[in-house]
Amino acid sequence: MIEFRDVDYSIDGRPILTGVSLYVNPGETRVILGPSGSGKSTTLRLLIGLVHPDRGRIFIEREDVTQISEERYRQIRQRIGMVFQQGALFDSMTVGENVGYALLEQNLDEDEVDAHVREALRRVGLDEGLIDRMPDEMSGGMQRRVAIARALASRDPKILLYDEPTTGLDPQSSERITDLIVHLRDTLGKTAILVTHDIADAFKVGNVITVLNEGRVVFDGPAGDLDRANNDFIHQFLAPFRKTVAAAAQRLPAGVAPRPAPAPPLRGGTS
Amino acid sequence: MIRTVIERLRRTLVTVQEFTLFTVALIRTAFIPPFYGREMMHQLYFAGIGSLLIVVVSGTVAGQALALQLARELAQSGAKSQLGHFMVISVVRALGPVLVGMVVASRMAAGITAEIGAMRSSDQIDALVAFGTDPMKRLVVPRMVALVIALPALVIIGDTLAVAGGGLVGMQYHITWESYAAGVLRYLTPRNLLVGMIKPFLFAIMIAAVACWKGFTSEGGAKGVGVSTTESVVICSVGILVLDGILTRLIFRMLHW
Ligand SMILES: Nc1ncnc2c1ncn2[C@@H]1O[C@H](COP(=O)(O)OP(=O)(O)OP(=O)(O)O)[C@@H](O)[C@H]1O
Ligand SMILES: [Mg+2]
Repeated sequence: MIEFRDVDYSIDGRPILTGVSLYVNPGETRVILGPSGSGKSTTLRLLIGLVHPDRGRIFIEREDVTQISEERYRQIRQRIGMVFQQGALFDSMTVGENVGYALLEQNLDEDEVDAHVREALRRVGLDEGLIDRMPDEMSGGMQRRVAIARALASRDPKILLYDEPTTGLDPQSSERITDLIVHLRDTLGKTAILVTHDIADAFKVGNVITVLNEGRVVFDGPAGDLDRANNDFIHQFLAPFRKTVAAAAQRLPAGVAPRPAPAPPLRGGTS
Repeated sequence: MIRTVIERLRRTLVTVQEFTLFTVALIRTAFIPPFYGREMMHQLYFAGIGSLLIVVVSGTVAGQALALQLARELAQSGAKSQLGHFMVISVVRALGPVLVGMVVASRMAAGITAEIGAMRSSDQIDALVAFGTDPMKRLVVPRMVALVIALPALVIIGDTLAVAGGGLVGMQYHITWESYAAGVLRYLTPRNLLVGMIKPFLFAIMIAAVACWKGFTSEGGAKGVGVSTTESVVICSVGILVLDGILTRLIFRMLHW
């Protein structure tokens, strides 16, 4: 469904991503975990074609998007819903216009758009009465939910991308959004990627986790294997969260996250 | 040392090349649908109605100041009756387009660059692309079209007020309104109008291209947007003077003056 094959990307000669490979199955919600600056957002930007790789290939539904025209990419993007790290709501438009943006762009008639917008707002647990508000008249948590609604409302997105949707929110709002993502995962069955640096979120949402550090994939596998990966970086990164990780490893049923008895060797990205 | 100079030079050339490509793409995109009509009307209102007051004030004041200077000189050489003639030539051909261009440029360049720069730094431009929109069509073309319509109209208004102001000054020098108007009309020829009215179209394209490009390429949050906005205003104002110089020479050559 989504595949990165040995992707390199650099800015002004400074490597940002090196040899990144990644495979996301249809219907799966993948978590990309990593510290600040590890290249998580860049990975999503590459996927959606905002920037282009120096080397390697990226596939969306088996189509190599590194080889296609901008026009074709535009069509593909219409099937992707993206939630940007800071929300990136259009501040000159109302909530309704934001959520219905992709549909209005596709020239659907206004009543139909209105129905989709209300549906999307309901899905993220927002009151329909907010439809005429401006984004800056709402709290950060509400804005983030509007951003998720906007991603959902694009015409039948096959893929959802969330870039740190809970960062900077209070614990309650943060939990509501994580619950929402889990709920969408279970009810919509869409392929999704959640980018986060919050380990608790990662375990709650993803069965398979990809860990990035300094632009490289340092772990790629079932969440339950994470605490046994013999990698210094992962040990350090997980240290403050030992309890969460151990609890999660206990909780995850074997069928969902298969755990072979000896910890597998570190996989630098599989495809 | 030489290395840094070469590197500087290389970067400048790359920037010039990128800006040129941007402008070419902009003009080409302007003719390809979809057209964002509502956005265009919105921008037209902002550029046209929004700039009206500053154009009215500067046109009236600058026209009278110029007329005062001219009237004194002409009165001394006994050619007072030529005031209308001199005013229409200097205002319509030279002062009007540059003056109106400058005041509109500083206002619009600041507004456009700051708005697009803020959209860039909050990822709204990336969000547009992610939702399948071409930001060039959605943001840049409507602003250019609005300016291309509004600026010439504002120049006409500014010219009219400046020339009329000259008539008022003339009355203080005992030049009748009728004789002043006769001088104005005699020299308001299609050629003189053409020379004066070609400029605002090109100024408009330049302001839109520079201001949008500066917004798109702004980096580094609020501070970066501030820097880009300042640069945008400076480039547009100086650009108008430079473009005016070049255009005047070109037009004079074409008309064999
Ligand atoms: N436009 C840019 N110019 C220069 N460097 C950049 C640019 N964008 C990103 N980088 C660099 O690329 C690296 C990866 O950035 P990225 O935004 O992908 O990190 P991230 O994992 O999303 O971090 P965070 O959790 O803080 O959002 C960082 O070192 C960053 O400094
Ligand atoms: Mg990021």
